[in-house]
Amino acid sequence: MSGFKTLQGKAAAMDRANVDTDQIIPKQFLKRIEKTGFGQYLFYDWRFTKEGLPNQEFELNKAENQGASILIANENFGCGSSREHAPWALGDYGFKVIIAPSFADIFHQNCLKNGLLPITLPAETVDYLLQRAKNQPYDLKVDLQNGIIEDEYNFSASFTINEYWKKMLINGWDEIEITLQLETSISNFEEKRFAVQ
Amino acid sequence: MGKSIIDKIWEKHVVHREEGKPDLMYIDLHLVHEVTSPQAFSGLRMKNRKVRRPDKTFATVDHNIPTDNRKVINDPVALNQMTTLEKNCLEFGIPLAGLDSPEQGIVHVIGPELGLTQPGMTIVCGDSHTSTHGAFGSIAFGIGTSEVEHVLATQTLWQSKPKTLKLEINGELKKGVTAKDVILYIIAKNGIGFGTGHIIEYCGETIAKMSMEERMTICNMSIEGGAKAGLVSPDETTFAYLQGRKYAPDGAEFAHAVKNWKELVSDSDAQYDKTIQIDAADIAPMVSWGTNPSMTSKVNEQIPKLDECKNELEQKSLSRALEYMGLQEGQKIEDIQIQHVFIGSCTNSRLEDLKQAAEIIRGKKVHPHVRALVVPGSQQVKKQAEADGLDLIFKQAGFEWRESGCSMCLSMNNDIVPNGEHCASTSNRNFEGRQGSGARTHLVSPLMAAAAAIYGHFVDVGALLSAETVH
Repeated sequence: MSGFKTLQGKAAAMDRANVDTDQIIPKQFLKRIEKTGFGQYLFYDWRFTKEGLPNQEFELNKAENQGASILIANENFGCGSSREHAPWALGDYGFKVIIAPSFADIFHQNCLKNGLLPITLPAETVDYLLQRAKNQPYDLKVDLQNGIIEDEYNFSASFTINEYWKKMLINGWDEIEITLQLETSISNFEEKRFAVQ
Repeated sequence: MGKSIIDKIWEKHVVHREEGKPDLMYIDLHLVHEVTSPQAFSGLRMKNRKVRRPDKTFATVDHNIPTDNRKVINDPVALNQMTTLEKNCLEFGIPLAGLDSPEQGIVHVIGPELGLTQPGMTIVCGDSHTSTHGAFGSIAFGIGTSEVEHVLATQTLWQSKPKTLKLEINGELKKGVTAKDVILYIIAKNGIGFGTGHIIEYCGETIAKMSMEERMTICNMSIEGGAKAGLVSPDETTFAYLQGRKYAPDGAEFAHAVKNWKELVSDSDAQYDKTIQIDAADIAPMVSWGTNPSMTSKVNEQIPKLDECKNELEQKSLSRALEYMGLQEGQKIEDIQIQHVFIGSCTNSRLEDLKQAAEIIRGKKVHPHVRALVVPGSQQVKKQAEADGLDLIFKQAGFEWRESGCSMCLSMNNDIVPNGEHCASTSNRNFEGRQGSGARTHLVSPLMAAAAAIYGHFVDVGALLSAETVH
């Protein structure tokens, strides 16, 4: 996985609460055995009409949101199913950052494992961003190293992310490789745990 | 300061702890299914890695298998996913309860049934309803495919310790109120995100009186309140359930295990980050009317009105949900007409669930406008139900009696609710499109689903049962 330090990009607003992973990637697309190619199915039932045509009302189909790499969402984004196909689809579509007042736990974790940066900001800050991005092109600059997010209207906010995950994202490291270096600790743990039982 | 059962289990599983990092946690049991595992196995293969502990891993097929004729799988993509799991299990030496196995079933039904799930364990699976296994006093949670790969390779996971939430329920449940109603009530009252970042310990006299299957129903839907996991301290009910199960310890080992399991209780002075008290007597049979599990009311209530909403965001969600569901604000729940009934899923497909539903159905007929199906949670549940004659009760009433699988809970197979039609479902999620594009799901207990099948609309099963007792 490639590393991530800063990103300047277009932000799309999706002002809906409790967006679940069933909406992000509907179940009929979970049968593939690859990690790639899910972007075309992202938000499928919202993005397309029953006839399979783009739904012009849907946020991501609006002209100002074409080419967006940052998604501004509302509370409890990514709730429900643990399907990692959700971040795969968001990433494959072109998103690199998701901003929301809160995220569901499993989805949050799944984002971090796929180079997708979930940023939690206070509700009023997210509301400002949502209003800015609604109905017009809006650019944001995200600096992961320093934990700063800025726009061209002198807005600036800081965000924090667990240092461990930050390092993983910035370096794009293979987490399993890191864990395997602790092989002795794991073996010792197993020896102790299963000796008692 | 005393420790909760959550603290105790967590501490016992820390393999490596380092300032500024999550804990490296040991995983005792890893359950695997066909949908969230293929990419994980591919990842292992690409890096030439092995499965560290195939003996602590167990796989089954459940999500996209047919529940009518299992011999014919028409969907080539689904078939590929199933055969891929078979190949992966063979290659990496993982035990598999495949399509032909008498042990096959929904992963969260067979784990406990086979005695794989045990108190004090850490249990993971690439499925959010892994929280079910917490009913046995284990820390059990859903993970994504990257984490599935990580557990396969290392038998560990990097995890920051979640906060703790004590949820105490006391009092007597009313007639017709089941474990499903309890958890729906909790989520309706506290909101879809009330548990985010927490592990819940369910306790109190109401929980203590519940059977293992009832506790599983409650823990199963912890995730619908956003919680990482939910658990119940093991007690005599737990030990009695486990004794004699295939993978549970036996003989002297069982007695020894019980001695250890008895220590899995929270200290009386344990501290929690959050506490919630529930009065069991306040709970009624519940029905979801919206597009997330918190959009739920008591059966004898009405759908909320737009002007009762706390804020604009909530109002927008309500308005959108009503539009999707084809319902009106203020509408009486009992007036909602039903075209489909689904009894099944990892929430409510165990023997007690089927028995309860059968009691309502016995000698009655499914409403002519309703299509109803029962999908037992596992082959073992199915076999036992047939031995008890439950299949006949359902079939004579006009229900379809199916093979075990996830089925219409997420409709990855052909068990789909058509666009615009309403389904009384004993499953766990009423998200848009969950049971089919445009499908309108109402989450209910098996009792409520059975009654809806007969009447063609929701009825207060509490009143129904009381009336029957009188006559």
